[in-house]
Amino acid sequence: MRAEIIVITSGKGGVGKTTTTANIGVGLAMNDKKVALIDTDTGLRNLDLLLGLENRIMYDLVDVTEGRVPYKKALVKHKKFEKLFLLPTSQVKDKSSVNPEALMKLCDEMREEFDYILIDCPAGIEQGFQTAIAGADTAIVVTMPEISAVRDADKIIGELGRADKENIKLIVNRIRPQMVEQGDMLDMDDINDILSITCIGQVPDDEKVVTSTNRGEPVVGNEDSLAGRAYMNVVRRILGEDVPFMDLRKDSFFRRIKRAFGMN
Amino acid sequence: MFDALRKLFGEKESSKDTARRRLQFVLVHDRASVQPEIMDKIREEIIGVISKYMDIERQNMEITLANGDKDNSVALVANIPVSRMKHGKR
Repeated sequence: MRAEIIVITSGKGGVGKTTTTANIGVGLAMNDKKVALIDTDTGLRNLDLLLGLENRIMYDLVDVTEGRVPYKKALVKHKKFEKLFLLPTSQVKDKSSVNPEALMKLCDEMREEFDYILIDCPAGIEQGFQTAIAGADTAIVVTMPEISAVRDADKIIGELGRADKENIKLIVNRIRPQMVEQGDMLDMDDINDILSITCIGQVPDDEKVVTSTNRGEPVVGNEDSLAGRAYMNVVRRILGEDVPFMDLRKDSFFRRIKRAFGMN
Repeated sequence: MFDALRKLFGEKESSKDTARRRLQFVLVHDRASVQPEIMDKIREEIIGVISKYMDIERQNMEITLANGDKDNSVALVANIPVSRMKHGKR
């Protein structure tokens, strides 16, 4: 095994970076891949909550990078998916506790054990960001159809370029299809056109994301949820499949009926 | 088609199109300001082309990104004093 290391980043906070990390991680595990999720948002631990693993944490990333425990001891195994592991971040330290070299060294060590290593990056472009991207082969930039989020994504893409990251992918999150249809929201093509990087996902704003987050079970793969299906499509694209983008506008009543009868 | 109809009825530009226009405008400035070396390169290459045909006063030339005539448009403005036109070669 030689893991592909993917950093999930956005610049702006609140666009769904951690949600995206959790969903891609679970989705890859559902496809029988061995996956490690590393939370690098030091001081603002959240990935554990989204995965429902908050009460199983013994050690954290800083314990590992400072050499107190081997990484295997700090990994938290997912309850449902045997091949999914979380390396939680510290809730008490700050972003300077982990430096780029330490994270790169850890990733290299972990690389042979996993198919994918996903790094959840903190918001901003300061040291935490530089640390998170250091060891990554691929960067996924998450944005949403809002001018400030797109502007920040552009800035992040520039920073990734300056750090010599060439493999950069885009996910447009929290699209509201009705607003797009009314001409009141940028759609994936607009954003793609403005940022000009490859888009691997458009995820609609979906209440099911909230309810599944409440339960600590990522929505990915939930066929009743548009977002759940969109995230699974993202996962399949990461696995190298050529999956067409779904039409977010027309999840009509009839289409849902058809799907219920397995006709779609 | 829909847009054309909207214009016909005197409706305002959709908020999406406004967002797109504003973003494209601001990103020109953002990208140029984080990479001043690109502006330097543009400057050098323009000097290269123009110098084939004219002698110019390099120290007094100015190349900047400025706001264009229309709202949210950007113009590359070059002010290049010419001291002498060279003889044309055929």
